[in-house]
Amino acid sequence: MADAPLPPPGTTTDAFLFGLRTAATSVFAFVIIFTYIGFGAMCHDYGLSVGWAMLSTVLQWAGPAQVILVTGLGPGTALIETAVAVSLSSVRFLPIVVALIPLVRRENARPWHLMLPVHFMAVSVWVEAMRHAPNMPREQRIPFCNGVGLALLSLGTIFTAVGYYMQAVLPALFGAAAMFITPISFLTSTARNARLLLEKAALALGLTIGPMLAYSQVQFDLLWTGVIGGTLAYGLHRVHRSRSAKA
Amino acid sequence: MSATLSELGPVLALILFGFLPNEVWRLVGLMLVRGLDEKSQIIVWVRAVATAMLAGVLAQLLLSTSGPLSSIPVEVRVGAAVLGFAAFLIARRSVFAGVLAGEAAVMLGTYLFAV
Repeated sequence: MADAPLPPPGTTTDAFLFGLRTAATSVFAFVIIFTYIGFGAMCHDYGLSVGWAMLSTVLQWAGPAQVILVTGLGPGTALIETAVAVSLSSVRFLPIVVALIPLVRRENARPWHLMLPVHFMAVSVWVEAMRHAPNMPREQRIPFCNGVGLALLSLGTIFTAVGYYMQAVLPALFGAAAMFITPISFLTSTARNARLLLEKAALALGLTIGPMLAYSQVQFDLLWTGVIGGTLAYGLHRVHRSRSAKA
Repeated sequence: MSATLSELGPVLALILFGFLPNEVWRLVGLMLVRGLDEKSQIIVWVRAVATAMLAGVLAQLLLSTSGPLSSIPVEVRVGAAVLGFAAFLIARRSVFAGVLAGEAAVMLGTYLFAV
């Protein structure tokens, strides 16, 4: 397994630039480009303007939620139902923000210093931040996250427009392939970052419990999947640690 | 004038029904995290919850008959995800290899099996 490269020592500007570079060479640059070409083309299909499509990427920055919004704005769907579906699809942001912020913030940070990195937070940025930030001096972590977030969000916004204007020349298969890149990149990048039993167990449990709860039509199934799967994984992690401590 | 209004409609809808219900989770996360430090056991637990929830999101995307991936047959999605994950493992945990193999499989599968 290739280890994450160490950041160069230096100023916060260096950390920000290192973030930009990390994003540009990350597999997520490819994932974001592909996803947002698909999203841009889809907005064209639904008769929305290119400015609207780009604004959606800047403001929402959440692939599945954007697709749900676009399909839900059509006639015949209640807007409030669409808003609920958008919101339910984005619950993942709550735990990823809670898991990341204590790792990156400085002691005297004001909450509004964190508004920008929190808005940038998406699975792609989170995966790169969790991978690199622990190896960096604390004062460089926020600028690093801002670099990764700004680079990927800019790529996403630009390629939303590219996809919008390419809509006519894209093969029909492209839309399906663009949507599939979200789950396959979530799966492999989460597996790559899962070094501890804690994360491996959480991944496996989430994959098992999620479909079971969805199939049983439990309300807020994603929330319960996270809480139940995460708690079981945490329990396993504690048992494992106390055993290896005794041995 | 009416062009401005009809353009304002979708933007207002984006903010009210797209941006706000989405952004609320990021902001709630930011509020909840005050006073917690990275060594606290709650943060370790939340990391497990985040990972399990992500796994739930991707399982839902792969299995749901509605939603963003509904144009691809479920069998094709699951098969391509399994192939992609196998390629990821074979290529010594390369995310790029997994994504490429999964994408190739889903395109081929959709081409062959989608009506």
